[in-house]
Amino acid sequence: MTHLLEVKNLSVNFPTRNGVVEAVRNISFSLGKERLGIVGESGSGKSITGRAILRLIKKPGILTADYIKLEGQDLLKLSEREMRGVRGHKISMVMQDPKFSLNPVMRIGDQICEAYQLHARVSRKEAVKKTIEMLEAVLIRDPERVFKAYPHEMSGGMGQRIMIAMMLIPDPQILIADEPTSALDVTVQKEVLEIMDKLVRERGMGLIFISHDLNVVSAFCDRVLIMYAGRIVETCRADKLSEAKHPYTQGLLKSMPQLERRVDRLEILQRDEAWRTAPSISGIVDVEQA
Amino acid sequence: MTKGAGIELELENVCVWFGEGDTRVDAVIDASLSVKKGGSFGLVGESGSGKSTVLRAITGLAPDWSGKITVLGEVLGETRTSNFYSKVQMVFQDPYASLHPRQTIDHVLSESLHLHSFPDPDKRIVKILDDVGLSQSFRFRYPHQLSGGQRQRVAIARALVIEPEILLLDEPTSALDVSVQAEILNLLTDLQAERSLTYLMVSHDLAVVGHMCSEIAVMNQGEIVELLDVKDMRSLKANHPYTQQLLEASVQRRRVG
Repeated sequence: MTHLLEVKNLSVNFPTRNGVVEAVRNISFSLGKERLGIVGESGSGKSITGRAILRLIKKPGILTADYIKLEGQDLLKLSEREMRGVRGHKISMVMQDPKFSLNPVMRIGDQICEAYQLHARVSRKEAVKKTIEMLEAVLIRDPERVFKAYPHEMSGGMGQRIMIAMMLIPDPQILIADEPTSALDVTVQKEVLEIMDKLVRERGMGLIFISHDLNVVSAFCDRVLIMYAGRIVETCRADKLSEAKHPYTQGLLKSMPQLERRVDRLEILQRDEAWRTAPSISGIVDVEQA
Repeated sequence: MTKGAGIELELENVCVWFGEGDTRVDAVIDASLSVKKGGSFGLVGESGSGKSTVLRAITGLAPDWSGKITVLGEVLGETRTSNFYSKVQMVFQDPYASLHPRQTIDHVLSESLHLHSFPDPDKRIVKILDDVGLSQSFRFRYPHQLSGGQRQRVAIARALVIEPEILLLDEPTSALDVSVQAEILNLLTDLQAERSLTYLMVSHDLAVVGHMCSEIAVMNQGEIVELLDVKDMRSLKANHPYTQQLLEASVQRRRVG
């Protein structure tokens, strides 16, 4: 098995009036046909990492890396035009809030059809058929009605399912999900995660799951990268997250209130300046091991 | 529910609705609860269950409601008096939206003090910043110069600077990282002990409510479906199927190890 995606020494900098902000510094990781979680606090660079893979860093941000290889092809060497063929078609992305990702004045079905027809040469009739199928796949009960509905008529959970349907319809190899369930209730969150999990598994895709929620990541992913101040400070198997070694990860885990166990005071994370400057841990898995 | 001694906040058969006729939506149906002095009461439920609307009805932000709300022995009428606001204050969910972007922290706090005609604003502002764990250097900053956690501290300072007795907390930590959430929850616990405050807290996070509150009401589609003790909640003893479902979802989510 080879890596679907391999990122080497990725850095993203934003020059500002008060000096350069290093949002991501020299991180390397790989992705196979697995569910890779990236966790960290706000500002740790996890979302920027997701965007950097798609080369969606807006100016004046500067993206540098040795390479970002998608199945051996370096994305950094592609032209902007070729890159558009990658986005959505080979790697697609689900954002946090469906309210801001869907076009409010376009019917849902038309939006999904449009996404499909951009990447596949099919007739409108076929696109409609495929869209209905896809809406069924994300467990929407009444796909014909939803097809004709506008985004504001949908709840948050429905909206996020529609986003997943839209992102998966061109059959990408990699899905980047940036806090896909943070805006949803716990019970809805579970449903959406299950749907995403099933589809990703069935299609043999790679998934990058970006979240600030350690619980969700440890329950849902295979492997986790923990980011702090733009660096990867630790990487471990998701089910072993509770045994994490790094004081930052431990601190995060301890600062969460537990439902079954009462503590008088929550532990406060004590930040160490050394975490900021220590070199990144590589998140690349050897091909032999994988 | 009889009006026992030491009850600071009591709701009896409160209904809240929006719109009229065909478009009428019943947001809260027949809610009754009571909070003791110095106690913490938690309201949990999913979005749209009406938990925030209960708080809004108490503060007078919901236009149409019926039933009886008693605060500190006084039955509330149509409008709220400034005396009410000097006893009851609210902290909102999103610290990014609840502070005026063009007013300094000093301005926000002194306005509150001015409205309730407190003497010595200068001394009080210095003290309250200390109490919520912000250094004095923050006093003349604007909200955009603060982090989310610092802003929420300012929002808490704004509510507490006029020395209220009841604090209504509407998802006070849901916009924050877990590490910052721990700081804010500890701060709220400390302040409650120091000032014997009464909390009514709304949250969708059962672990947070379990940490802060001793009594919990579970809301679903506008109705309080179950009232339970925190001990029962922690041992996952719930009678109503909806509560069980909620508890299950939160426990499953952290299938760590």
